[in-house]
Amino acid sequence: MHSRGEWLIWAAVAAILAFLFIPVVIIVVYAFSAAPIPAWPLTGFALHWFADTWNDDEVREALILSLKVAALATCMAVVLGTLAAMAVARMRSVGKEVVSFVVVLPIALPGILTGMALASYFAFWGLNLSYWTIVAGHATFCVVIVYNNVIARLRRLPRSLAEASADLGADAFLTFRRVMLPMMASAIGAGALLAFALSFDEVIVTTFTAGAQNTLPLWIFGAIRLGQKLPEVNVVVFAIILFTAVPVLLAQRLIGDSGRVAR
Amino acid sequence: MKRTWRAALSAFGWRHEGAANAALLGLPAVWFLALYLAAIGALLVTAFWTVDDLSGNLIPGFSFSNFQQLLGDPIYRTIAVRTIFIAAAVTVTDAVLAWPFAYAMVRLAGPKLRAVLMALVLVPLWSSYLARVYAWRLILAHDGVLNWALNALGLPDMQIGYSNWAMWIVFSYLWLPFMILPLAAAVERIPPSLLEASADLGERGMATFRRVILPMALPGMVAGAIFTFSLTLGDFVTPMLVGGKGSDFIGNVVYANVGVTNNIPFAAAYAVLPLGVMAVFLLLARKLGAFDAL
Repeated sequence: MHSRGEWLIWAAVAAILAFLFIPVVIIVVYAFSAAPIPAWPLTGFALHWFADTWNDDEVREALILSLKVAALATCMAVVLGTLAAMAVARMRSVGKEVVSFVVVLPIALPGILTGMALASYFAFWGLNLSYWTIVAGHATFCVVIVYNNVIARLRRLPRSLAEASADLGADAFLTFRRVMLPMMASAIGAGALLAFALSFDEVIVTTFTAGAQNTLPLWIFGAIRLGQKLPEVNVVVFAIILFTAVPVLLAQRLIGDSGRVAR
Repeated sequence: MKRTWRAALSAFGWRHEGAANAALLGLPAVWFLALYLAAIGALLVTAFWTVDDLSGNLIPGFSFSNFQQLLGDPIYRTIAVRTIFIAAAVTVTDAVLAWPFAYAMVRLAGPKLRAVLMALVLVPLWSSYLARVYAWRLILAHDGVLNWALNALGLPDMQIGYSNWAMWIVFSYLWLPFMILPLAAAVERIPPSLLEASADLGERGMATFRRVILPMALPGMVAGAIFTFSLTLGDFVTPMLVGGKGSDFIGNVVYANVGVTNNIPFAAAYAVLPLGVMAVFLLLARKLGAFDAL
């Protein structure tokens, strides 16, 4: 049944999958390399770099800062993104297009631009860079992740459900809590997981909002650039790949409609 | 008592839709106006400021000196052209690579395989950006995996580490999933009856692709292109890690001026260029219907 054209397409798919995953395999292999400098082929395997990395205070502080930033930025993105999605789902005017355009801007515009804009804004007000400036930047570009997931869900839900709730005597707050929120919950959850993953990984905007502090990606960037602690870098990037795969696959489950997980 | 004001407020919301929408939109609107849009405004304002050479303090004002410096020195033109050219090359490469994958995923694969392929695109999309750039540094380095594999096959070394070629490969790799997803969604939306009609009218496979599928999937492709182009345009990490000397992007100049020389006005002035490029790009994308495919 398969035509020659289809076989060609499948061959291309196999080649693209190899292209996508060979680098990931390399990362996994290098994490277990014994050598203190990267060289191929590997000369030996070791596990002690995992313990060394775990005990490195710099790595640990960076990890904790990244987790703190991602946690707060995700919470803010959930509130802002859900509110915006609920408003846009009800709106019928051009305002709808304006809102969805503005919300997507922080990730549709080049990262250097968002970072530079925030840097000059904070400089404009004479603000010192701190935990809060990192969170402000991350929350801004995470909103769209939650927004996209929630609006996709709301588009598939009939508006009559909220009306039925009102007819049965529920006020807007009760309707939100008992009707809207349960229906949106898994979409919000998926958006939150992906927003967390995005914040945890971001490096370009963060460079402009972090000042002297190191988030985990900033620590990795610095270490690679200076060629220092490369065995620890191998371990950290391996661990990150391992741990980000989990929320992403979980989020895909929660969304159900697979086509909608775009940044 | 509490229930009455809630009920009154709800009733008001039902009667005045605009007020209810405004209440929902208030917080996000304030956040985006006061932080993000104001920040872009601040960028445009500080681009005209200068820096005191001795003290390093910002001097507010309205001076074209940053722009004069950018236009006067040919190096900034070279860097801008390199950035835009590579961003365009990456976009075209990803569009070509994404087609067979997206088409196979939504048109040829069964539901099980389709879910697997989708997961295989999503995991690299969300997995660590730095990890993936670093992997390519290990692959393309002089004594890296690529040259080892080439030598094993009896072929000579390739010197593509730390070059513009390396950046082209790595950027195309990084952003490929961003092209595959909207393209797959667009191909999926084409009604099968159209393809049958095209076949009934005697069109062969390639003609159907060129005259029916390609034009109908164009918005999805442009939506993907917004990401591949913009993400490349705004990067400075990949050029630093795999590009090596003589491969600076606009981002590298901006980064160096903020981080090293602390000349925020000059960096802001240069960042106006990608803003202008993206404004044109987004206007074109909107004309092509890409926003509905985002």
